[in-house]
Amino acid sequence: MKRFLGFVKKEFLHIFRDVRSMIILFGIPVAQILLFGYVVSTDLKNAPIAFLDLSKDEMTQKVSDKICSSGFFRRSETLLSYTDIDKVLRKNKTKAVIIFEKDFGRKLVSEGKAAISIITDGSEPNMATLITNYITAITADFNMELAGTAAAATLLVQPEVRMFYNPSLKGHFMFVPGVITLIMTLICALMTSITITREKEFGTMEVLLVSPLKPIQILLGKVTPYFLLSFIDIILILILSWLVFGLPVKGNLILLLAECMLYILLSLSLGILISTKAKTMQQAIFMSLVGMMLPTVLLSGFIFPIENMANIYGWVAALFPPKYFLVIIKNIMIKGTGFLFVWKETLIIIAFTLVFMGLSIRNFKIRL
Amino acid sequence: MTKNTVISVRNLVKKFGSFTANDNLNFEVFEGEIFGFLGANGAGKTTALRILSGLSEPTSGEVIVAGYNAKKEPEQIKKNIGYMCQKFSLYPDLTVKENIMLYGGIYGMRKALIRERTDLLLDRLNFREYSDRLISDLPLGLKQKLAFSVAVLHEPKIVFLDEPTGGVDPITRRQFWEMIYEAAGRGITVFVTTHYMDEAEYCDRISIMSEGKIVALDSPADLKKQYNAASVEEVFVKIARPAGTHPPSPSLL
Repeated sequence: MKRFLGFVKKEFLHIFRDVRSMIILFGIPVAQILLFGYVVSTDLKNAPIAFLDLSKDEMTQKVSDKICSSGFFRRSETLLSYTDIDKVLRKNKTKAVIIFEKDFGRKLVSEGKAAISIITDGSEPNMATLITNYITAITADFNMELAGTAAAATLLVQPEVRMFYNPSLKGHFMFVPGVITLIMTLICALMTSITITREKEFGTMEVLLVSPLKPIQILLGKVTPYFLLSFIDIILILILSWLVFGLPVKGNLILLLAECMLYILLSLSLGILISTKAKTMQQAIFMSLVGMMLPTVLLSGFIFPIENMANIYGWVAALFPPKYFLVIIKNIMIKGTGFLFVWKETLIIIAFTLVFMGLSIRNFKIRL
Repeated sequence: MTKNTVISVRNLVKKFGSFTANDNLNFEVFEGEIFGFLGANGAGKTTALRILSGLSEPTSGEVIVAGYNAKKEPEQIKKNIGYMCQKFSLYPDLTVKENIMLYGGIYGMRKALIRERTDLLLDRLNFREYSDRLISDLPLGLKQKLAFSVAVLHEPKIVFLDEPTGGVDPITRRQFWEMIYEAAGRGITVFVTTHYMDEAEYCDRISIMSEGKIVALDSPADLKKQYNAASVEEVFVKIARPAGTHPPSPSLL
């Protein structure tokens, strides 16, 4: 045991002395959380829009006020003619232009309908769709108010849509679980595979294998620090997303942490497996990136929903563990469900872990 | 010198599939001896060394190292040997002291003993000023000497050196061999593989391997007499390349 502890201490020294390791361990998680939260935000907040009001009456004033006071948009410019539209969009000063037709207010009162045009910048399709949806919703709301005051007799069936679990459709509710998955992949699989292949490359692994340390002690000694540090990382991410974005853990925290530990084990055993196959650090990095990072980013449902993928990609995604873990933490963190709802995914992850561990123990060359 | 046998190898065979890396090796190494293990690349030196140090299992034959059977008790062997390989084997991002503490700890030495030996070692190498320096800051020669000192820190019965002086300048090599002599004087058996024929002259006895077999084994002086050669190098060339049978192979030189 004393031998083992000395070995673990050395492993910690390796990590603390290496600036790059420290950045990966603590810089990247914080940066990613903040980055995804603020910069890559898919929420609309004060998006600049321009108005071309050909009517200039009380009604158009009301509608545009309503749009601008929603918090999603702000008025960037007031245009005078159609020719200005192209100009402002090209200058990228505005994300969309809203046009009120001539005699908007009069038509609305006398004919019961009037037209608004929404012109968006199609070079940013996501943003364009988002803006269209939001403005449509706001005008629909305006219609309701109008119907409520002027023509209360007209009964309209209005669908009322509510987003459960994430009522304001906040983007970072989705990315925090994704970042946790990504970070654990990065730290556990990548760093473990690097640290073991590094010993191989330096020739220190041979010395360790000739020493009285048992191979299992060497393996455990190498992964223990990463286990502890990635666990600290998860807590750091949870605290950060709670403090900065107000994202609480709805479900059982203990269950969440336990599931995270399970996933850390999975990533660590994958890291060991990679290191038994890779001869150099470059190979190890390459294998972890292709084997873990890409599936985590592309095939886990973190950024692109699996439901929207062509069947074949869905099947491919099912072969990689991040998908299941993402389901688990989303369920626990955001929906607040208990173990009963995630036991299937948990079993799948346990199975993955056992397979990876079995393979790496078989591959780890005890006797070079 | 008392002739206690510390390594005894009988009919050692190691096969990888159909390839025979070690073909029926037989030899003994005595306590306090410096035993040189020579051979061209691919002659089977490294394979034999791995078996002796408990890293690899023999296919057949009996191998006793420090009183333990290499097939059945490799863990016991590991406790009683030191090992230094051709690749440099200390951690570059740890200091001299930390490396020593680490290896001492791995070999189960008590802290007080490690400290005592560390002081002794640093004094002997004139190394005290370097004790808190990172290994990566030291020149190769110093590292190599330190690596050897660390390999014998726990006073093993046998120390295995696998081409320990690769890439080191002649003066440092000389000093390195002085350290080997000193260790042997303390009763540590030194088992060393090398390419350098001048180093072979320093050994008490040498064995020369070729194509998985030991083709010669004796003291350098006797071998030279036997083969009517001026140096071990000449002996080596004569053995490995019997006159005119095949063209010179650069890997032997």
